[in-house]
Order: sequence, then C-alpha cells, then structure tokens
Amino acid sequence: MAAFTLYDYVLSGNCYKIRLFASLTGLAYDSVAVDFYPGFEHRSEEMLALSPAGTLPIIVAGEQVMAETNDMLVWMAEQSGKGADWYPVATPEDAANMQQALALSSRLTASVGLARLNAMLDWPVDGAAKRAEGLKDLRELRRLDGCKWLVGEGPTVADIACFPYAALSPDSGLDHDGFPSIREWLYQIRSLPGFITMPGIHALHELRG
Amino acid sequence: MSREHALNDWYAVADANSLKRGLATTKLLGEDITVSGSFDAPVVETTDGKRLPTQVKFDHLWTTLGADPRPLFDIPEGDEDGRTRVPCGMVRVKCSPLRAVENFLDIAHFPFVHTDVLGAEPHTEVEPYKVEIRETDDEVWATKVKFFQPQAAKSAGGGITTDYVYRVPAPTTAVPPKHEAQDIITIFVQPRSETECDVWPWMALYDFETPYAELVQFQQLIFLQDRSILENQRPVRLPLDPKMEIPTRADLTSVAYRRWLKKRGALYGASEGPL
Repeated sequence: MAAFTLYDYVLSGNCYKIRLFASLTGLAYDSVAVDFYPGFEHRSEEMLALSPAGTLPIIVAGEQVMAETNDMLVWMAEQSGKGADWYPVATPEDAANMQQALALSSRLTASVGLARLNAMLDWPVDGAAKRAEGLKDLRELRRLDGCKWLVGEGPTVADIACFPYAALSPDSGLDHDGFPSIREWLYQIRSLPGFITMPGIHALHELRG
Repeated sequence: MSREHALNDWYAVADANSLKRGLATTKLLGEDITVSGSFDAPVVETTDGKRLPTQVKFDHLWTTLGADPRPLFDIPEGDEDGRTRVPCGMVRVKCSPLRAVENFLDIAHFPFVHTDVLGAEPHTEVEPYKVEIRETDDEVWATKVKFFQPQAAKSAGGGITTDYVYRVPAPTTAVPPKHEAQDIITIFVQPRSETECDVWPWMALYDFETPYAELVQFQQLIFLQDRSILENQRPVRLPLDPKMEIPTRADLTSVAYRRWLKKRGALYGASEGPL
C-alpha cells in the first residue's frame, strides 16, 4: 500500500531525494507530476495551498502535509521502521552533526540548485553569484575528509539530503575535479542497494561476468 | 564557421509560456536579441532596435537574422487533427547546436544513456537501416530504423520494437516522425553561439490520456539525460573531416548529416579540417 503521495518534478534534485530515499527504504508511494517547468504549476493556487512557499516536493500522507524536504526525509526514516539507522541522533554529537548537515543541504539547494536552474533553464537569478556560493558550499562538504559518511558510521538522511545537489553541481559548471573526498562519497551512495538515478546522476556501470 | 549561411535560417526563440514571462534577452548566432509580446503581436529586436521578422509555427515563435531567409520547413503531420501538441519549454546546453541535433539522431546510445527507457542491455544492436539525402527537398532522411525499447513513450505499456523515421529539414532541427499515425518528437535548436544552444523540444502525440505534466516530464527526463553527455563531447565543434572519427554502421545517419552539412556549407558549430 502506498505510504504517501509525492507531488513530483522529474528534474528537481529535492524531489529526487524523496524518490531515492523511498527506493532505499522500500517505501511505496503514488506520485503526481507537477508542471514546474515550463508551466510554473507549483505557483498555482492549488499547489500553494499545500506548499505556501511554492516549493516542490510536497508529500501528503493522510492529514499530514509536508513541504520541507528535510522534514520529509526524517518522517520517511521513521516510517521505514529503521529510524535509528537513518536518523541517528542518540548522542549529542550525532544530533548536532545531523542538524549541521541538514542545514548545509538547504544551502546547497539555494546555491547549486539555483545555479543549475540558471544554467539549464535560464532561471532569472545571478548565475555567477550562485555558482560562487555553490563552490563555498561544496567546500564545506570537505567535512567528509577522513570520514566515509556525514554522520556516524553509515548512510543517513544527512547523506541523502546533501547528495543530489553535490552530485548535480557539474550541471551548473561546478565540476568535482578538486574534490576527491566528495567523489568518493558520491560513489559510495551510488553503490547503495536500491540506488536509483535521475538525469545528470548516473548509475555505476555493472561489470557483467 | 559559416555564420553567413546560418543567418538565413529561421530559429525558434520563444514559446507561449516564455512570452508570458515578459521581455527576454537572448542570443542568436552570437548576437543579443530581445523577445517580447505575444503570439498575436510578437516583437523580436536587435539591441540597436532593428525589428526582426517573425512567424508563429509549431507552437513556437520563429525569427531570422538574414536578409534573404530560406522558407521555414513544414511538418505536415504536426497539423493533423487529434494530436496532442506539447511544447516542452527550453533547455540550455553548452554544446555545438549541430552536436545537439546529431545526438538526437543517434540510436546506439539509448541503452547506455536512457537505460530502461529508450533502450536496455543486452538489446544494444542497431539493425541495418536506410539513409538518404533527398535531393528534391534537400533533407536528410533515415528510414526503417528498428530498435528495442523498454518504454518508448509515456503511453507505452511495456517493451516494444519501435520503428523510427528520422528527418533533418534544417541544420538545427531534427524530426523523427516515425510512421503515419505515429508520434512526432522534434527538437528545434536555437544556436546562441557555435558552442552553446537553447533547445526547444516539441511533440505532436497520439496520446489523449496522459496528463500534460507527465508528457513534458518524460521528454525532459530523456533530454536532460543527454545534456551532461553533450556538454562533455570533444572536440566541442562537430568535426566534418571524415578522418577525424571512425564511424560504425549504426552511425550512418550521423555520417549523412555531416556530409549534408558540409555540402550545404552549414558550418556554424562545425570544424572542417583536422584540429
């Protein structure tokens, strides 16, 4: 049975976080395609009633309506029955690192995400300024130096939240050449069982024996 | 580089949605132009205020910088009653406009770039097909192109072997109309420069059930899978010297397209000799 309805846009890195995490956790859902571009349907009255800020994705699960991607990821982690693995906040350090990474994921959306929309769809923002912010945010991901994952010893919602816009940064002209630890980490996420792709994020090629 | 030749073609520079957002500054063949108004009263101008000719066709606004433009081609099937016409908006790609068209003509990459949608391993073989440069209307046509596709269109229920027909009526337009009563999927390429383009995909489909948003997103999914590949192709300009690359049989359409560009002198976005 479907656990929720996702209002989805195929090119959105934030919508992809939900699709990816649902696949990794085995949560089933229904989806409704929203014509974000070229139709700007996310700014229609019907969508604004669900997401007053005019953002996607949106999750509707019975009475529960969510319009913040990080809230959705935390909710899904709990729904999956493996909240302690995917959202480990038992120690003060883990709890703080989790909040830090989730905040960084929002900054990546606002920097790399907008730089990408500018480069791809001519979004009316200052592309050069957004790219410069994006570079700064990617550098912040250097917290990965010496660690495999952003929080604790395994993949968590922190990794899922930061992954798409870090992976999609070449779409906006920010390549990964100077970021070996980011490349390693992207590779690990792409290796997770249940991993799915989106345009701009490729599968690892399986070697067939 | 032959901007002279390119000047006399028509290019899509807007659709109804983009016009609704007000005056836009864009680039055509390296020149800044502004686009505003509506389909009923469109205004396209150069920065020094010169008004450019316009026409509305295939749900897009077209313009040309040339003094003596060639007529804009027809897509007769597109006007048939009962088709759902789907303009898909614009996607900007940092690649040669000619490379965008050539990629659109290529079948062999489907299983690797559009995995489980337009192709899938192990069904990677492109069967022999037919390519010709039709002298009467001076267009490139590829016919009898057959390929196994897990999900050829949004409306496809499962894997099928699809019959394609490809048609290139102008250097920056590719149309696979497939057969009578089959879907038409095109790209209209607006060359911003020799190494950057705005691509306007457009479809005329026999699909009356799928919601518009899903039709557009299917097309966007496919095209954006190509985008990162296109931006990384080298050399950036499409090489027309046959010694530059070694084609296989599956590349016949591409070979014909490059030969046709060379014959026409349509070299904007191409490199002629060895680099």
